[in-house]
Amino acid sequence: MTLPQTFRTGDTPLPDIVILTHKLTRAYDMGGEVVRALQGVSLQIRKNEYVAVMGPSGSGKSTLMNLIGCLDTPTSGEYWLNGQKVSDLVDDELARIRNKEIGFVFQTFNLLPRANALHNVELPLIYAGHGARERRAQAARALQRVGLGDRMEHRPNELSGGQRQRVAIARALVNDPSILLADEPTGNLDSTTSAEIMAVFRDLHRQGQTIVMVTHEHDIAAHAARVVTLRDGLIASDQLQAA
Amino acid sequence: MPVFEALRLALQTIRAQKLKSGFSLLGVFIGVASLIGAWSIVNGVNRYMTEKFAQTLFGVNTFQLRRRPMFTPNVPDSVWRAWARRPRIRFSDAEALSAGFTVPVVTAWQSSENVTVSYRDKQARDIELTAASERYFDIKNLRLATGRAFTAQENRSGATVAVLGDAVAQRLFVDRAPLDRSVRIGGMAYRVIGVVEKQGSVLGFPLDRFVVVPAQSPAQNLVNPPGVLDAFLVKAQTEPDMRLAMDQAEGIMRSRRHLRPRQDDNFALDTSEGVQRFWAGISRILVVVLPGVVVVSLVIGGIVIMNIMLMSVAERTREIGLRKSLGARRRDVLRQFLAESAAIATVGAAFGVVAGIGLTFLIAAASPLPASVSPVSILLGVVMGAGVGVVAGVYPASRAARLDPIAALRQE
Ligand SMILES: Nc1ncnc2c1ncn2[C@@H]1O[C@H](COP(=O)(O)OP(=O)(O)OP(=O)(O)O)[C@@H](O)[C@H]1O
Ligand SMILES: [Mg+2]
Repeated sequence: MTLPQTFRTGDTPLPDIVILTHKLTRAYDMGGEVVRALQGVSLQIRKNEYVAVMGPSGSGKSTLMNLIGCLDTPTSGEYWLNGQKVSDLVDDELARIRNKEIGFVFQTFNLLPRANALHNVELPLIYAGHGARERRAQAARALQRVGLGDRMEHRPNELSGGQRQRVAIARALVNDPSILLADEPTGNLDSTTSAEIMAVFRDLHRQGQTIVMVTHEHDIAAHAARVVTLRDGLIASDQLQAA
Repeated sequence: MPVFEALRLALQTIRAQKLKSGFSLLGVFIGVASLIGAWSIVNGVNRYMTEKFAQTLFGVNTFQLRRRPMFTPNVPDSVWRAWARRPRIRFSDAEALSAGFTVPVVTAWQSSENVTVSYRDKQARDIELTAASERYFDIKNLRLATGRAFTAQENRSGATVAVLGDAVAQRLFVDRAPLDRSVRIGGMAYRVIGVVEKQGSVLGFPLDRFVVVPAQSPAQNLVNPPGVLDAFLVKAQTEPDMRLAMDQAEGIMRSRRHLRPRQDDNFALDTSEGVQRFWAGISRILVVVLPGVVVVSLVIGGIVIMNIMLMSVAERTREIGLRKSLGARRRDVLRQFLAESAAIATVGAAFGVVAGIGLTFLIAAASPLPASVSPVSILLGVVMGAGVGVVAGVYPASRAARLDPIAALRQE
């Protein structure tokens, strides 16, 4: 794989670049004291890449994921998603991007406890404005993709941890996002269940899904084709690895 | 998110949190129920006053000549004392008026006092004895259930005959036939010649506890000094005729009393409008007090809903963060919470409407007040209830909408 072009301010990304960050910084003002969580991260991720983000605790992994996931806006720098510069969009425009382009998987699943699996997966489609019947069909298809076709009526507390995370993955996928972002998706799971989730990710990757995943564990990171390591808010290394 | 979706979600949440929602809709419930209940009483009495009382009991196109007006709210003492000094209406006034009218009218004399009526060992106390002339029954629309009214001849000759109200006949005779039996009125023996149909009651006052005797019969002495009467009743066929007759009555009375042009009348001419005006005065007080009660309970209801919604937003911060991370815009979250508080309030208002209607039927059945539900009050109740919900929801909902998704998701 050849490395992408060097990006300068004023450029636009190459067409196959899904994610491009340029000197991205994020600082938190903690009552006078400024915490520099990201200090200039420049990163390009191609379509259908499978990237693991590693690094010690506090190195800025989650901060970067939140920026890439349009849940947060950078203090400075550029962020391009699918050729669109999103770093200076406002709240509601970001909501639309989150809805259409991004599938987020959280460490703690974040399912609505009172809603069944099908309804949880439906949620993004409600905000996309789809009709009820179409929503249900699409949500059912997403659940089948993660192997939960027979658990659609179950509520989260009637599912195992691995099954819950698969519901969350189905929800992330239901809108056909450009990228699947996962912040420590196996952080709350045992090794067997983690392996199940990794199998799901591998299948999705094979079907063409672009995936960026944060993890602390090397054997989880081993599933990815590329490992980006952060240290003190900067990229310490960026390596391709054999599958 | 479409409005429909927001509403569905709101109803789901209400169903899931029945107790909390039940508590929060209490204020609106009470507000709307009291609005409808109180409005129903005003409405019912209003209708009673305009339809039944004015039309039937007082008589259509009827006026009364009296020493002082009958229904007068808030009269100062000085006025009251002046009224008490006025000369009374006399038989001779009535005769002069009857002779003086140039429009076709029916007239009657009337004087009343509370007495005890007895038959053998049975007594009926606090009975309104009315000494009247024969056309009294026509003017008051009193139809007889049995027997007959007295005649002009009997009135003029002062015959000791009596017509009983239904309650008096029931009390004295139970299930014996009252006709031709002799009752004692203030120590005098009277022969029963008729019983009037049951009249029911108005505002809790029974209308069947009366006895009518000829104005010139001996019992007149129990009611008024000789030759004096309480009221002279005049019924015309049409409204303009009544106005004309009133003008004539005023003129005749003024000249009989030698009043100079600047002097005020020292007598009163009452119409059913006077009664209605009296009622309108009372209902105006209700109309001022009522919105106070309703507004206070709706404001309290709104504050309760607002607090519960703020609690609910705090509790569901994670859910809001999640929804935002999945693409909910500010207006989606805003709409969700507004719909929820509006739905809570509307459900409260709906229960309030049902309770208000129930209350109305209860009042109508268990109390003398003729309550009847006004459709306008139902509409107003629901609209105001829902409005309170929307207003109370604005602040909590906008707080929810402004939440930062990352901070919200991180919350425990
Ligand atoms: N909302 C915030 N306010 C203030 N400082 C923050 C905030 N979020 C993150 N930080 C700080 O930014 C730095 C990076 O945090 P971040 O959560 O990105 O680390 P991380 O790499 O995800 O760590 P972990 O592996 O523990 O999840 C940390 O020093 C953290 O304290
Ligand atoms: Mg983290």
